[in-house]
Amino acid sequence: MKDTVEAIKATSARLCLDCGKCTAVCPVSRVDGGFSPRRIVASAVSGDEEALKNEGLWHCLTCKLCSERCPSDVDYVDLTKIVRIDAYRGGEQAVCAHGSAFQLLMRIMTTPELKQKRLDWLTKDLKVSDKSDYLYFVGCLPFFDAFFEDLKANPVQIARSTVKILNAMGIEPIVLPDERCCGHDLLWAGDAKNFEMLAKHNLERLKATGAKKIVTSCPECAATLKLYYAEFAGDVPFEVYHLSELLGKSLASGQLKLRKNDKQVTFQDPCRLGRFLGVYDQPRNLLEALFGDGFKDMRRSRNASICCGTSGWIHCGIASKSIQTDRLKEARESGSTLLATACAKCKIHFMCAMKDVGFPEEAKIQVEDLAVLVASALEQ
Amino acid sequence: MNRKADSSRDGSSQEFKPKIIAFVCNWCSGTGENLQEGTAKALKRNSPNVRIVNVMCSGRVTPGLVLKAFELGADGVMVCGCEKGACHYSFGNERQAEMFETSKKLANLIGLEPERLRLDWLSPDGGEGLRKVMTEFVKQVTHVGPSPLGKSGGIE
Repeated sequence: MKDTVEAIKATSARLCLDCGKCTAVCPVSRVDGGFSPRRIVASAVSGDEEALKNEGLWHCLTCKLCSERCPSDVDYVDLTKIVRIDAYRGGEQAVCAHGSAFQLLMRIMTTPELKQKRLDWLTKDLKVSDKSDYLYFVGCLPFFDAFFEDLKANPVQIARSTVKILNAMGIEPIVLPDERCCGHDLLWAGDAKNFEMLAKHNLERLKATGAKKIVTSCPECAATLKLYYAEFAGDVPFEVYHLSELLGKSLASGQLKLRKNDKQVTFQDPCRLGRFLGVYDQPRNLLEALFGDGFKDMRRSRNASICCGTSGWIHCGIASKSIQTDRLKEARESGSTLLATACAKCKIHFMCAMKDVGFPEEAKIQVEDLAVLVASALEQ
Repeated sequence: MNRKADSSRDGSSQEFKPKIIAFVCNWCSGTGENLQEGTAKALKRNSPNVRIVNVMCSGRVTPGLVLKAFELGADGVMVCGCEKGACHYSFGNERQAEMFETSKKLANLIGLEPERLRLDWLSPDGGEGLRKVMTEFVKQVTHVGPSPLGKSGGIE
């Protein structure tokens, strides 16, 4: 509770009490009337120990839309992070989706000696090297691939596409056989101890490679490495890029040439890429290069974009499904037949939602990752 | 951390006794009401390595539960369910067959040997089938050695 009190001061959450804009814009509150960020802050500010036991604490998507709209600059999402860590320490836990499989994999990954087989997706045509300025941080894509095979979301295709694009740019990146999960989901589930272990392990391995630039195809990895490793694990002596940021530069310089495609396409801003890292233009530039006038934003886009419905593999439920269905309808309303995203989890969540019995036919849309779209349009 | 397990691996101390978690279906394993007293004793005597977790249906055993057992230090995990067409909940065993593929893939990715996992289809026989597959599995895991997750030095 002491940390929570400190956090309230640091994030100026007291200013929330008279307002409530966060609750008005919150995508969860919209579908689940019982959830109110403002009420959670109110109970935390009042010093009520019960605040840590409030189940609503785990319903937050940490999508940062509230922080974006807050007139007083309260960082509700950072508050949530700290309060969750406090609550977790006190024995509270989130309800994990998928039988906790992912959280368990992450905790297993804190074991120092582990002979993972996480690079089996590398095919012969993909060039990687031991020494390079660039390192590709693959993240959990191979694990998603194994777990979600029936969804046909094909997450390792994102990894293969990323290496293919980097090769086309003349980069043969390092990939780490002993990479661990970046720890994003553990951090947002309040498990700071295991997050720290993963972060320290990764930092040590990354430093040992001598790479200067870390590229990720996952916005969560990028945001975690960039924003939270320094806070929990020590100095991050390299630049961290999401693939779309890197491609933006090569596209502008003409180093990367892409074939035009005539599809109607729209873009789902991943929260970590958009509101956390402020990357809005680069993926759009890529989509315009790929689809020209066929690219059109959804009604709510950029910093007003709506989350894909769940975050960190916790608390996937009826509220998540409503948010996803709503968002997919919105994608179709933009006149598009293809929804591009830049995060494997957004893709998985949307494809999962579309498999539900009774999912409206008029909201069905093809979902594809930006990396895969770019790789398939590379001019040789 | 794993001193004891290592010493058992190079044979300098007594033989390595793996810790095994067996998720068994109530209906086919004989661990439910129809377990014969003699078999129960035999199970206990013959497989001191195995912790039995009784479930109503093998369809309950998600990859998450299998991983949890490994995380807690199991050296091997086995799942037993009813034979095809015999599931008491119509398709629980078919669901397990699918989930087991996922469990195997995840275990492989994280660096656990395939021999540490086993799925068996049994028919109700008062526990005899379970006893047999357990004995085989204990032998198999003993051969593979301690889990790389390093928390288990085998059983005391």
